[in-house]
Amino acid sequence: MIPQQESEFDIGYLKPYYGKLFPYADMFKWMSYGHDGKHPGCDQSYFGRREFSFTLKGDFYLRFQSFNSALELENSIKEKCPLKIDIGPVYTVDPAKRHAYAQGDNKVFTPVERELIFDIDMTDYDDVRYCCKGADVCLDCWPLMTIAIKVIDASLRDDFGFKHILWVYSGRRGVHCWVCDGKARRLTNEQRASIADYFRVYKGNENSHKKVSLMGAALHPFLATSYTNVLKDYFEKILLTNQNLLATEERYEKILSMIPDESIASELRGRWQDNNRRSSSAKEDINVVRWEQCKQLLQSGKHKAQGLRRCVEEIVFFFTYPRLDMEVSKHMNHLLKAPFCVHPKTGRVCVPIDPNRCDEFDPTTVPTLFQLLEELNNEGLRADVNGEWSGTSLGSAVTLFRSSFLEPLLKACKEEIERSYSLKLQQSKNSIGW
Amino acid sequence: MEIVRPQSHRNLFSSNDAVSVPTIPLYRSAPPLEVRLEDFESFAIDRLRVLKGISDGLSRGKKPDEMEKLVEESWKVHMRHQHASEVLNKDIISHFVLRLVYCRTEDLRKWFLSMECALFRYRFRYRFRFLTTEAQRAIMDEFDLTCKAVNNVEFESIKEKLGQVARSMGQPSPTVDTIFYKVPFEEVPELVAGRKVFISQGYAYVAMNQVVSLVATLFRSQLSKTLILTNRKWTASIRDQEKHRLTPIVEALSSSYLGPDFSQPREYAEISLKDIDQVAKTSFPLCMRHLFDKLKEDHHLKHGGRMQLGLFLKGVGLNLDDALAFWRAEFSKKVGLEKFEKEYSYNIRHNYGKEGKRTDYTPYSCQKVISSTPGAGDQHGCPYRQFSEENLRAALSRMGVNSRAMEDVMDKVRNRHYQLACTLTFEALHGVACDAGINHPNQYFSDSQKILQPKKDSSA
Repeated sequence: MIPQQESEFDIGYLKPYYGKLFPYADMFKWMSYGHDGKHPGCDQSYFGRREFSFTLKGDFYLRFQSFNSALELENSIKEKCPLKIDIGPVYTVDPAKRHAYAQGDNKVFTPVERELIFDIDMTDYDDVRYCCKGADVCLDCWPLMTIAIKVIDASLRDDFGFKHILWVYSGRRGVHCWVCDGKARRLTNEQRASIADYFRVYKGNENSHKKVSLMGAALHPFLATSYTNVLKDYFEKILLTNQNLLATEERYEKILSMIPDESIASELRGRWQDNNRRSSSAKEDINVVRWEQCKQLLQSGKHKAQGLRRCVEEIVFFFTYPRLDMEVSKHMNHLLKAPFCVHPKTGRVCVPIDPNRCDEFDPTTVPTLFQLLEELNNEGLRADVNGEWSGTSLGSAVTLFRSSFLEPLLKACKEEIERSYSLKLQQSKNSIGW
Repeated sequence: MEIVRPQSHRNLFSSNDAVSVPTIPLYRSAPPLEVRLEDFESFAIDRLRVLKGISDGLSRGKKPDEMEKLVEESWKVHMRHQHASEVLNKDIISHFVLRLVYCRTEDLRKWFLSMECALFRYRFRYRFRFLTTEAQRAIMDEFDLTCKAVNNVEFESIKEKLGQVARSMGQPSPTVDTIFYKVPFEEVPELVAGRKVFISQGYAYVAMNQVVSLVATLFRSQLSKTLILTNRKWTASIRDQEKHRLTPIVEALSSSYLGPDFSQPREYAEISLKDIDQVAKTSFPLCMRHLFDKLKEDHHLKHGGRMQLGLFLKGVGLNLDDALAFWRAEFSKKVGLEKFEKEYSYNIRHNYGKEGKRTDYTPYSCQKVISSTPGAGDQHGCPYRQFSEENLRAALSRMGVNSRAMEDVMDKVRNRHYQLACTLTFEALHGVACDAGINHPNQYFSDSQKILQPKKDSSA
């Protein structure tokens, strides 16, 4: 039994991880998007035009790595043992040959396809969680990530019509989202930015007290749906108590400061200041009680100050609504860590998360490098037809990756390749030479 | 387009713009027109005036309704033609000429693209609401918009959501008469970003009045691509082919400032040595006031400062002899008479075109002043840009700007509208509005004198 260490990571253990567990074949299939050479309509150059980048020991950074086959990818990773593997866009030409093509103004070396990606990081929520700060996460604040997944996933599917979405645990304190539909991969920077802005609500600014501002007589349907289906319940049933949002003076003052009507704020303050001394009844959580009082006053319609109309929603949005890193999503050439990497600070594997069961996901039980290697050792050298991973805790992660993401994606890709191939054949029959 | 010598002005293009539907050309391709050489340049300059007017209006923060009016008025003034049938041609020709002018660098392209798109947007906005529904649909077809009108059945199913979107923007809920279009969300990034449309299954539901945004986006991307192609053609062949005819005109057009260049000082602005101290206090813009004060304080200015202030003074009406006396008086206190004559007087005479290649240098416009890069020990440049907030406040209050105006000025500075800040300063100090905005330090001076002089005359 390996004794518990502070960090479950040792660079020496990456070699056996890459040697036996990293799912190369699956990664290759994914990145090929159906262009595996088996159909005449396949683009043989596609995989080779994808950029990978490796972070090596000693902070060496190798950009613009590209490979022409799954084997080349595998050999290179096994040989270099990168601390981190990032995935970039698909370019017009093989990135390794970019210098031969760069000609001044003519942007002949440029990204042509790239998944629509999102990065949600717990540190962006530091002003709304009291259990942890910075790089730490725990089960009390993890629901913020669950909320983010639910809200964004629903909108990507229902509003934007995307179907092939992969959610991945980032290994420490957040989640990544990869939207892989063809339509998504071909979005321009401007379109990506517009989607990121569509999702944006929190506008943190040291000058403004109010970082969430929901104007207008009604909420946009996307915000209204998110509130009704996800935010309200998570706030009232989980975060209020997990985070003790109204339990102490410091904490309730934060919420009171978001109420533009001073008379309401002082009335609540008056009630709560006395209450602090008294021990609350065992039945009702003090946070829940106080929130009810707060809502009652704000929604009573008695006090008609400006900005009060949406105050309850604004508070809930402030504490729960997803906070995306806008820069990650806006540019095609932004690199993002590959799934199934191992996080060097925690030793945890970046495993996929099933959005339909994301409320069951527990970041504290994600397999670690040490754990996996121990399992490998215990299982013996039994080569499994599926790959060595299937006997380990990584098994369910790879299975999830395949069944809920990769297989439907590849099916759709094949159909798309066939369709555009038939179309091309048709067009060449009909075309008039010019 | 074929450029011909003057005298032959046959017009091959017969515009089919029915009078009932005023047209906005889309500038997709150069029409088969013959253009007189003199029209080539003058049409372009007229259009440039409209574009610069738009640039000013936008930087003054004018609202869309005001911009619409501004554009329509500016267009009427500058883009008219004695033959009504020629108006459309002038529009098209001037656009294509300016394409040549502004395709040549990234900065020029960016500016031109912004202004032409704004021009298009406001003209479109203005006209669209007067068109019949059929005419509106016809325009959408022109842009190959893959949008379909939403039928009643679909409308009923999403009516509530459409209403939510409208009310979230402070607008009334749509009725069954409101026309909506169903468009792939990729085609309306602006509306998506602002959550101004209902989106479902990859389609955005765009209200008729939002179509302007749609069309503007498509216009913009078309023009953007075209500019790059035009640049390639220019570099590859046109520039060389036309080097004795069009190229010099094209190259001159992009740097034209389009206002008076103050190289010929006006009568009322002629000042003499004894006037300088007084007018510096009342009529110098901050940039020149600062240089002037520093000169008096240190009895020295580095080269950049000497150029900026020296040319300004020339534009203000100081003649060469007075200029020499002015600089001599200050510099000799620091470096001595002999050194002044040896090292500095040449420069001053050079500025007046009396030495070297005898170019009569023109005083710097605001654009030029703002874009200069003063280094250590320099005092030139635009103080609204260069000074820290603290120093700027101090300088402005020394000039006499009151605290309320001060806040407005600082607000403009924070948003990097330096010329607007200077304009507000002018307005605060003179008690009158300056609608044209400050574009040139000498303009500040002459406008100031215009206001103060009549008063002086009446009291004399």
